[in-house]
Amino acid sequence: MEKFTKLSATAAPMPLVNIDTDMIIPKVFLKTIKRSGLGVNLFDEMRYDRQGNEIEDFVLNQPQYRDAQILVAGDNFGCGSSREHAPWALLDFGIRCVISTSFADIFYNNCFKNGILPIVVTPEEHAKLMDDAERGANAVISVDLEGQTITGPDGGQISFEVDAHKKHCLLNGLDDIGLTMEKAASIDSFEATAAQSRPWV
Amino acid sequence: MSPKTLYDKIWDAHVAHEAEDGTCLLYIDRHLVHEVTSPQAFEGLRMTGRKVRAPEKTIAVPDHNVPTTLDRANAETMTEDSRIQVAALDKNAKDFGIHYYPVSDVRQGIVHIVGPEQGWTLPGMTVVCGDSHTATHGAFGALAHGIGTSEVEHVLATQTLIQKKSKNMKVEITGKLRPGVTAKDITLSVIGETGTAGGTGYVIEYCGEAIRDLSMEGRMTVCNMAIEGGARAGLIAPDETTFEYCKGRPHAPKGAQWEAAMEWWKTLYSDDDAQWDKVITIKGEDIAPVVTWGTSPEDVLPITAAVPSPDSFEGGKVDAAQRSIDYMGLQAGQKLTDIEIDTVFIGSCTNGRIEDLRAAAEILKGKKVAVKRAMVVPGSGLVRAQAEEEGLADIFKEAGFEWRMAGCSMCLAMNPDQLAEGERCASTSNRNFEGRQGYKGRTHLVSPAMAAAAAVTGKLTDVRELM
Repeated sequence: MEKFTKLSATAAPMPLVNIDTDMIIPKVFLKTIKRSGLGVNLFDEMRYDRQGNEIEDFVLNQPQYRDAQILVAGDNFGCGSSREHAPWALLDFGIRCVISTSFADIFYNNCFKNGILPIVVTPEEHAKLMDDAERGANAVISVDLEGQTITGPDGGQISFEVDAHKKHCLLNGLDDIGLTMEKAASIDSFEATAAQSRPWV
Repeated sequence: MSPKTLYDKIWDAHVAHEAEDGTCLLYIDRHLVHEVTSPQAFEGLRMTGRKVRAPEKTIAVPDHNVPTTLDRANAETMTEDSRIQVAALDKNAKDFGIHYYPVSDVRQGIVHIVGPEQGWTLPGMTVVCGDSHTATHGAFGALAHGIGTSEVEHVLATQTLIQKKSKNMKVEITGKLRPGVTAKDITLSVIGETGTAGGTGYVIEYCGEAIRDLSMEGRMTVCNMAIEGGARAGLIAPDETTFEYCKGRPHAPKGAQWEAAMEWWKTLYSDDDAQWDKVITIKGEDIAPVVTWGTSPEDVLPITAAVPSPDSFEGGKVDAAQRSIDYMGLQAGQKLTDIEIDTVFIGSCTNGRIEDLRAAAEILKGKKVAVKRAMVVPGSGLVRAQAEEEGLADIFKEAGFEWRMAGCSMCLAMNPDQLAEGERCASTSNRNFEGRQGYKGRTHLVSPAMAAAAAVTGKLTDVRELM
């Protein structure tokens, strides 16, 4: 997994609430057995017409947002299915950070497994960042995971919360499975006890 | 000992390791696997030379992609990419030695219907699957939730999941339900109350007389949609109804082990003085048959209501409601019972069980469909066989329904069962998102009885008028 330390990039505004994983990556693209190559179909039904032509109005089709690496999105972003194809598609497009007032639980966890930082901010902070994002490429937003801060184009700073374990893994690009396997003795001992107390499992 | 909720009890019984910051390794008792969210996880195991730690606790079944037509044994009925995905699951199940129900097996079906049916899901267990509707299994008093593909790989390799504990929410449905009101109406009404983000950060325990009165099928319907309210999981404490359902299932314990299991299962309830972070109480008698009008499961209203005006919402919901109304091709103020339906879909992990088919057949008996197409997709091959034995299949066929093979089908439309652009469907599934059942397709979520009512009248209909 690619590390996430600091990021300064254009942020694309997507104020719609309840952007679900079917919008992020429609199911027709889930028939892959790979993780890569989904960026071209990110937000497919909002981004292209039925003939595959770009829809001009859609934010990521606008010249100033084509290289956006941050999304400032409406509440409850990533609701719906558990498909990890959603963060895979975001990452493949180049999005490394999503800022919202809340995220759906499974999507939130999936981001951290893929080097994407989801940040929860207050509605007031969100409104300010949405304004910043609407200013386009002139409005670079900087995110510092170590310091847990977002700095807007006018220098204003916002602090955010992140779970210490998730932060550690993201900062260092660590693979969860390797870390868990270091605790194999605990799992062995749990299994041995459970085999006695709940043998039917 | 301090009082505990049911969630606390199951959680405590599964912590294999706890770090200082409260991050836990939660031991997983059952890992369910399907073809769409697992290929990359198995590939990860191969690349790192890792094995499946507990293949005996890992159960796989293809469901999302599989055709539901009667000729599906012919591989030509699948698109190339679907065929590759199903073939990958065939191979992964064989290579890693996990339990498997292939498409040709009569026990094949939707993973969340097969697990309980085969007795894999039992009270007090932790159950995960790379599918958000894993919440279904909470009906047994099992802590069950969806995970992403990286977590699927993590569970395959370590039989644990890295977790922090969620908060406890109690949703109590008091008293009795009125006639025509079902488990689906309960679960949609709760989401209407809390919103789709209302459960974020919580595990919900559903309780109260109306929940106790539900069959296991109904309880699964309620818990299935906990995720639609944003909760990590939904739970219902096990009781005699649960034990009766589990007893004698192929993978349920037998003899002395059954007795030992029962002894523990009977301790699985929330203590009277347990602490709740949030409590919601709804009177059973206040719940009506409901239907969704928009493109989020929280856009739900009693069938007797009208499409709301976007101005009646606040904040970001104003624009979202307008977008929903436009997408759905409706007008604010339009009566829900005036909405004409093209298609009816009965099935899915929400409502593809035998009781659901019985409820729909009860309404359809001796009537004919008045919609362009109507489809029943049983949740498993065994549900299908039972429905045939009970004569339900004949009722559906005589009414003009297509009688299909088991799978996820039009709930997410990954197989050929899809809505056309603008086609409007009364569906017993769980999500009415834009494009969910087909590009620009329009979905109204309803109970099986309400779906049957819409099928015979051609419009969204108050099922109580047909009872």
